Amino acid sequence: MQRGKGLKFVGDSRLVDRKKQNIPKDYSEYPGKTEAFWPNFLLREWMVGSVFLIGFLILTVAHPAPLERVADPMDSGYIPLPDWYFLFLYQLLKYEFAAGDYTVIGAVVIPGIAFGALLLAPWIDPGKERRPQKRPIGTSLMLLAVVSIIYLTWESVDEHDWEAAEQQGEIVEDIDVDESAEGYEIYQSQDSCIGCHGGDMLGGAAGPNIFESDYDTEQVIEIIEDGIGEMPGGQFEGSDEELETLAEFIANDGQENGNGGDDGNGNNDE
Amino acid sequence: MLQKIYDWLDTRLDITPMWRDIADHEVPEHVNPAHHFSAFVYCFGGLTFFVVVIQILSGMFLTMYYVPDIVHAYESVYYLQNEVTHGMIVRGMHHWGASLVIVMMFLHTLRVFFTGSYKKPRELNWVVGVLLFFVVLGLGFTGYLLPWDMKAYFATVVGLEIAESAPIIGGFASTLLAGGEIIGAQTLARFFAIHVFFLPGALLGLLGAHFYMIRKQGISGPL
Ligand code: HEM
Repeated sequence: MQRGKGLKFVGDSRLVDRKKQNIPKDYSEYPGKTEAFWPNFLLREWMVGSVFLIGFLILTVAHPAPLERVADPMDSGYIPLPDWYFLFLYQLLKYEFAAGDYTVIGAVVIPGIAFGALLLAPWIDPGKERRPQKRPIGTSLMLLAVVSIIYLTWESVDEHDWEAAEQQGEIVEDIDVDESAEGYEIYQSQDSCIGCHGGDMLGGAAGPNIFESDYDTEQVIEIIEDGIGEMPGGQFEGSDEELETLAEFIANDGQENGNGGDDGNGNNDE
Repeated sequence: MLQKIYDWLDTRLDITPMWRDIADHEVPEHVNPAHHFSAFVYCFGGLTFFVVVIQILSGMFLTMYYVPDIVHAYESVYYLQNEVTHGMIVRGMHHWGASLVIVMMFLHTLRVFFTGSYKKPRELNWVVGVLLFFVVLGLGFTGYLLPWDMKAYFATVVGLEIAESAPIIGGFASTLLAGGEIIGAQTLARFFAIHVFFLPGALLGLLGAHFYMIRKQGISGPL
């Protein structure tokens, strides 16, 4: 670095006023077919990166991230499962030598030794030799660790009851039918409706839960009048006004006009 | 025009050495997949970084809707997933990205291990790498609770039980993470803070050190 007298600065700053040449370094001294990172290599990296990104976006659209029902700390029957990359640890804790009184072994000792060794690898294996086949102990230990992780993850996935897991986490639409509403009262006088959809409107002998699909008032009226699928039309007994009140009540997910229902959220249990 | 802007900035801020330090270096033949296809193993570190960037960006967008308290957390995620335009994609990117970081980082670690690149003079960078590994696992663990659904809650219960089984510090660590005896409102608030502020801060600091050392030492030579 140049110091001392004779230096010219940019204004009153500490920047030296001199023209920098803006040409890339010369890499010809490096061995082999060396390439400049900027811009040659970076451009190629970006092209590969965009292909990768497109594939990734397709994955996210094809497989939406899962979401189960809201946490219920009281539900002690739930079989827990961590995200897949912790499964090997989770599985380890299921073996007798690492569970119960020996949990410390599975939770602390074994992972501690493994990750500790990983952290200290440069000092455990300080030799100069870099090729894996020339340092058989390190190489075989690492292979053993990788195989164990894959095996434990596999066992854990295999042992888990995935069907039960899906069921226990399922979002259940939990509908609170307002039994004091006028619409509810009107429904109670419709023997034909009750016959299929049940007295509580939540489904019965031949019909599904009335609130299952998201229809608006008009559509509900249409369905009641003209029928849909197996359901016959023209079963409603009462005035047009009563029909409208009932339809509104149904479109509103079992609430009197205006509260609940239409946020499309189906989870009114706060 | 661009040249003029560049010169204007350069006179004032002397930016040439800065970007030169960052971007102007050689890519040796043995790490360039264009010359030897098997050199793609040297890309795993860069891919890990790429996914980390995806995580940071998608995470920033998630916090625009996510509400970190036990009453609203689930609702806000549900809303984001089902109502917000492209919310499903943003959440999906963060969800799948989390797995992808782990996979890429694992492959990167194996590459560095099997090429013996952790040896002198790169010991310190290896240690920083292992710390990065822990930070990323921590991000996975704390992030998993945030949607506050069944799997989130009970995985955290198990995780904290495991932490508690550690001798001496176990009870303290689990209380510190859970924010008390029960896993509830405090736990969610803490996991959120750890997931969004503490660990990303550590991650960025460690990444800075990681990249600085790589530039300083250069990539390890051919085997
Ligand atoms: C967030 C996680 C990480 C990122 C983004 C990252 C990124 C990178 C990048 C871009 C390189 C340049 C060479 C390459 O791409 O292979 C590199 C090199 C290196 N990384 Fe990582 N890394 C991460 C985690 C790790 C881990 C977990 C370890 C080890 C346990 C590690 C150890 C090293 C070492 C020792 C080098 C120098 C290798 C050489 O000179 O050949 N890094 N890292």
